[in-house]
Amino acid sequence: MNKPLSRVDRPNSYIGKSLPRPNAKRLLAGRGRFVDDIQLPRMLHAAFARSPYAHARIVSIDVSAARAAPGVRRVVVGSDIAKLCMPWTGTLRHFKDMKSPPQSPLAIDTVVWAGQPVVAVLADSRAQAEDAVELIAINYEERDVVVGIDAALAPGATLVHDALGDNLAFQTTIENGAVATAFNDAAAVVEVDLRFGRHTPVTLEPRTLIADFEPGERALTVHHSTQTPYQFQDIYARHFGLDESRVRVIAPDIGGSFGMKLHVYPEDMAVVALSIIAERPVKYVADRGESFLNDIHLRDHRVRAKLALTQDGRFAGMRVQDDTAIGAFSAYPRTSAVEGNQVVRLMGAPYQLTNYRADLRVIFQNLPQTSQYRGVGHPIACAATERLVDLAAKKLGLDPFEIRRRNYVTDEMYPHTTATGYRFERLSLDQCLSKLHALMDYPALRAEQAQLREQGIHRGIGIATYVEITNPSPAFYGVGGAHISAQDGCVLKVTPSGDVQCAISVTEQGQGTETIIGQIVADQLGVDRERVRVLTGDTETTPHGGATWACRGAGIGGETALQATRKLRSNILEIAGAILQSRPDTLELADGKLIERETGTVRMNLGELAALVYFRSDTLPPDLKADLTVAQHFAPKGFPFAFTNGIHGSLVEVDVETGFIKLLKHWVVEDCGRIINPMLVDEQIRGGVVQGLGAALFEECLYNDAGQLMNGSMADYLVPMAGEIPDIVIAHVETPTLDTELGAKGCGEAGTSAASGAVLNAVNDALGPLQVQISQIPMTPQRILRALGTVQ
Amino acid sequence: MTRPIAIMLTINAEPVTAMVESRLSLADFLRHQLRLTGTHVGCETGSCGACLVMQDGRVIHGCLTLAVQADGSAIQTIEGLSESGAIADLQAAFHERNALQCGFCTPGVLMTAQELLQLEGVPSREEIRDALSGNYCRCTGYQAIVDSIETTAQRRAVGEAEQPA
Repeated sequence: MNKPLSRVDRPNSYIGKSLPRPNAKRLLAGRGRFVDDIQLPRMLHAAFARSPYAHARIVSIDVSAARAAPGVRRVVVGSDIAKLCMPWTGTLRHFKDMKSPPQSPLAIDTVVWAGQPVVAVLADSRAQAEDAVELIAINYEERDVVVGIDAALAPGATLVHDALGDNLAFQTTIENGAVATAFNDAAAVVEVDLRFGRHTPVTLEPRTLIADFEPGERALTVHHSTQTPYQFQDIYARHFGLDESRVRVIAPDIGGSFGMKLHVYPEDMAVVALSIIAERPVKYVADRGESFLNDIHLRDHRVRAKLALTQDGRFAGMRVQDDTAIGAFSAYPRTSAVEGNQVVRLMGAPYQLTNYRADLRVIFQNLPQTSQYRGVGHPIACAATERLVDLAAKKLGLDPFEIRRRNYVTDEMYPHTTATGYRFERLSLDQCLSKLHALMDYPALRAEQAQLREQGIHRGIGIATYVEITNPSPAFYGVGGAHISAQDGCVLKVTPSGDVQCAISVTEQGQGTETIIGQIVADQLGVDRERVRVLTGDTETTPHGGATWACRGAGIGGETALQATRKLRSNILEIAGAILQSRPDTLELADGKLIERETGTVRMNLGELAALVYFRSDTLPPDLKADLTVAQHFAPKGFPFAFTNGIHGSLVEVDVETGFIKLLKHWVVEDCGRIINPMLVDEQIRGGVVQGLGAALFEECLYNDAGQLMNGSMADYLVPMAGEIPDIVIAHVETPTLDTELGAKGCGEAGTSAASGAVLNAVNDALGPLQVQISQIPMTPQRILRALGTVQ
Repeated sequence: MTRPIAIMLTINAEPVTAMVESRLSLADFLRHQLRLTGTHVGCETGSCGACLVMQDGRVIHGCLTLAVQADGSAIQTIEGLSESGAIADLQAAFHERNALQCGFCTPGVLMTAQELLQLEGVPSREEIRDALSGNYCRCTGYQAIVDSIETTAQRRAVGEAEQPA
């Protein structure tokens, strides 16, 4: 396996090359086609009346004035829709004893978060629908609200759902080795109590969908801003009792997703129901305020952890308690337990550590749901682990690089199983560490830091190691009963002129999926990449598959494309052999031509071959199987996940007068296995890093005790903008996975996974000489000044 | 509801006459009435820059401007700038450097970049980042955008702006 994939002297050697994205030109010309750009005949627009309260009983609803408003075609309440849509429940079987109540598109008796949709209005325009929403009168009886983690767990706490008996959605404990002994015998123990601010993805294109129900055939077409069209095809079919073959989900250009647009939202289901009721297309576009209220939130965690140390600076044991609050419902169909579950399984993962215990509690509260977003648990586990490691280094008088080197899983240990049961095929921890040391010019940075400190300038240097779960097998969702595919499918077709069309189930949200798939197909077939057209994002024209999430597009989708291409190539050589009366193994495809393998002599063009197959089958031998369309499916079968690894470095300057933190530079060394397109990998890393920097310094959904969002606009919720962000330096180590021919692993989440941890360590490094530390992100100026004792 | 108001303006150098509601934003007018969908709407509060268009040569927020306020003015959208070839070099630089991912912010970013590049001299990276302070991009982390604008500024300065591929 992992034979050389392409010869550099070959004309179509594309794997490993930085090539621009063919589909980007459209977007640059303003010719993208996002869901809100689509207008269908007779289309109606939906708007929702939402609960202003975080917890209340619905006493009465009066929609008479709304029904009479100009342009209004339908006004629909929860009980109208409940008849059409089977409720959904955000639990999975492999999360033992997990609970979450069934959820319906519109609230029926009670509301459990502020922003929950209660009534839907359909009108000729969105403005008219919104006007009518203003005329809906809903009487509520307010109930007590539970927001904080401690309040939710306290005896006699207000319950988010009375029927569940408590506010605990899920809990689990992982234990391995002799943890108590490790702590009893420890030479030293360091500990952290870290708070992570709840934030939200803020994709620039909001959630958008158009549902178009055709009653004659009971066919449903949904134009949906999602990264997982196949998952939604399944969900719409099952929950609305439709034939799956007649449900088509089309994901056109998607304006950012990052995990946010793969969850089921009440509005999605309501819009499908409204289209069935009205028998007309219905469009819904979340406005920015609705996005803040109802897009998934994430990473609301409190992590308390301890690390036991030996005298010689080895990690002897770790204890972790992660409490995470997930809002009022567990998300469907992936649940809201995955993030916490990954935190407790990834803590300490890069290190030799056998004595480990972690307890996880996943908690309901009267807030919007949290769920998976880029990095899922990794940034929390990374920041908490790496904070402990830095504290350990400080306690033992070791350099942060040295303590990591001393404790990493080493090259001889692979394949390695962590204390939590994760299996690593092979990582490159030490190589990445050394490379980062050189890339940063670490000794020079330390010298500069010392010099500047004398001038009262407080610079900090922080590093953070991560391991990342990529190429997930069915162990992620399938085993828990979720209808989420871990395999992908690819159909390749040679057109009569010798072009190639590739329909594949991994999807594009701008990361370059279509580009890298095109590179793989052209490289493996031996044609110019201009002649390969890649089609994605339509359940009716592409094979069923997992699509794009959890870092699987290159690793799983890419391998699917590679295997499909080898199958097609074999067919083509077989056909060519028959036509040219040569043995297939003496022929080769290069630059779209069939050539003699030994001499390179051109025998015929691929187009000539295809034309004979399609138009003159009478000239071919009767027993020749002349298939110029092939289908291939692929699912990971070796290691359950292809783990990647890497390390970030951060240089910051803290203004101790104002509390402002200036990010000066950020470095990443990462190993995602075989790199298909270095430029696209680098840009995935950079974008991911900046999302992590947002978490470190800016982003937080601020709720008051009544469960009301205090900063639900882009003027109030801070996202990273160009002026605050430093240039990001990236280097690579390549350790291909041997589980596939391609050898690629994921890279989409590597940037986000360690950026906040590196900055947290850097800021604490800057604050160190002042004898204070900060244990909460985002590290706002106010929190820095509080840590410094300047303000209360 | 108020009676629609007649407006006359030029859009991408073509005369346009339309009846609009007084409350209709310029961005919604362009998108939904004229079907110029290259102008995007990201926040409707003037924070994100997805809706930027040019009015009489100056970059404005399509979401904060009413269609009626555009009466009598000359509007340029991404479609116009693109089809006239005015930003072909900038688009080529963005393409080569992959300075976009999902592309939703891109038309607004190109507006900001084009306005900046019309000023004298080659801007520094810091000046480019400062100019972009009203353009939110969730995908790229901005560096490739800064690189592309810098490259275009340098190419324009030496009069060697490459033709788009």
